[in-house]
Amino acid sequence: MDGFSGFFGALGEVAILTAQTLRELVRPPLEFKLWIAQLDQGGVQSWSITFLTAIFTGMVMASQFAIGLAPFGASLYTGKLVALGIVRELGPVLTALLVGGRVGAGFTAELGSMAVTEQIDAIRALGANPVRKLVVPRVLAMVIALPLLTVMADLVGCAGGVFITMAEVGITFRFGVLQMIETIGVPDMLHGIGKSAFFGYFIAIIACWVGMNTRGGTEGVGHATTRTVVWTSITILVSDFFLTRLFLAVYG
Amino acid sequence: MSAPLDPTPVTAVVDDEPTAVRKAPGEPGEVIIRFSDVHKSFGSKVVYEGLSFDVRRGETLTIIGGSGVGKSVCLKMLIGLLKPDGGSIQAFGQEVVGMDEKQLLPVRSRIAMLFQGGALFDSMTVAENIKYPMIEHRWGTPERMDERVHEVLDLVDMPGVEQLKPSELSGGMKKRVALARTIAIEPEVILYDEPTTGLDPITIRRINGLILRLQERLGVTSVVVTHDMDTVFTVTDRLALVYQRGIAFTGTPEEARNSELRFLSEFVKGGRGTLDEDLV
Repeated sequence: MDGFSGFFGALGEVAILTAQTLRELVRPPLEFKLWIAQLDQGGVQSWSITFLTAIFTGMVMASQFAIGLAPFGASLYTGKLVALGIVRELGPVLTALLVGGRVGAGFTAELGSMAVTEQIDAIRALGANPVRKLVVPRVLAMVIALPLLTVMADLVGCAGGVFITMAEVGITFRFGVLQMIETIGVPDMLHGIGKSAFFGYFIAIIACWVGMNTRGGTEGVGHATTRTVVWTSITILVSDFFLTRLFLAVYG
Repeated sequence: MSAPLDPTPVTAVVDDEPTAVRKAPGEPGEVIIRFSDVHKSFGSKVVYEGLSFDVRRGETLTIIGGSGVGKSVCLKMLIGLLKPDGGSIQAFGQEVVGMDEKQLLPVRSRIAMLFQGGALFDSMTVAENIKYPMIEHRWGTPERMDERVHEVLDLVDMPGVEQLKPSELSGGMKKRVALARTIAIEPEVILYDEPTTGLDPITIRRINGLILRLQERLGVTSVVVTHDMDTVFTVTDRLALVYQRGIAFTGTPEEARNSELRFLSEFVKGGRGTLDEDLV
């Protein structure tokens, strides 16, 4: 019973935080400096981890498909399968899981430390709004940065797939690229990018809510950070199913 | 019968207008803060059941009591960081309970709080920390803010640290910088939450001296929550004891020392009071 009421209580509080974030997002003056700082911290600084993950994912998929499709004489379709798999599913989900772990944990650790050292109370006492100063820039940064990182992951993953397909199947680079361009349509791109915007919101809002509600000193910060990684990962994986169904209904 | 509340309303906040505009100082001794029958609980833990006391303009009221009785809670309720479950808290004639964050802005420009650990923002320099409330309350021009940073750092004997980060400061220095930030927008009331906890005796004396100096130079009203008896006897005009979910005593430190409340007299003497019912 506690578990259920705790879950719905948390859901309600996250919904309230979302409403406050939307209200503060459009209230002037806009805090561009804080937004850009978070875009840099959450987005720009996540490019290397995204790049590395995407290229190896593309290469692994191409290796598996090239060998797996060979008995059916379908090795030439390796590029198509890799492209669709990465753009529609693995690009957004893997990027979100990795960035969620890296950035979400960072958000919670930072805000959690501020909460236990009364810095969030100090923000309010000094006449500012913690949602405006802390939550809005982080949510905005993730909603913008994650789709951009996903596009990069798509391109890099497909490139990795092309290189391995060239080596395993013997296609030319030109054939591989044209095959992928032919395979991926605008709906496929929108499908993946649309999902990643939702994932960005989930990561930031959960991380900020957990961080701002941290209690219990440094030990509490540790627990909160762990909680964020678990909750964001589960939310990404569960919501992926529902978002996929939604986008399939919209874009096909 | 306690003195009447200062009826002058808190300066209203109008969008895009500075909030630092303030009224002329009132009469010394008039009641500017009043807690009436305040109740507060955290879950099943009852912290206050009928907390009532006044703070008068220009005085230093020190609140003492055992650990965990809710002394800091009382300061946080005054500036709206915590909401009481019942009762009334008035500041400068206005009811604070029920105010939203926007309505609390003018209250927070007149009543500032020094947090226990300083609560300086780690990601900012000392100068940026001190400018923070000035920017939020639109206190003055950027040039005037720069000047003010130097002024308040001089006032707390910390010149030349503007560009340092809080992580580069010692515990005592952090407290002094936090105090500089607290007084930056010239509040009329300063709330000190355990200002000397965890500091060495020399730094404690220095902080106590600063509290006195601020009262003399700026004429501020102070509410100090502390366990430290040196602080109590150095800075206090009036003492309040939090005991059994309310205020059990108010009076001068001398009256406290001679009080028949054994817990209080032993507490004030620095002895080991116990919290047994029969001591009060």
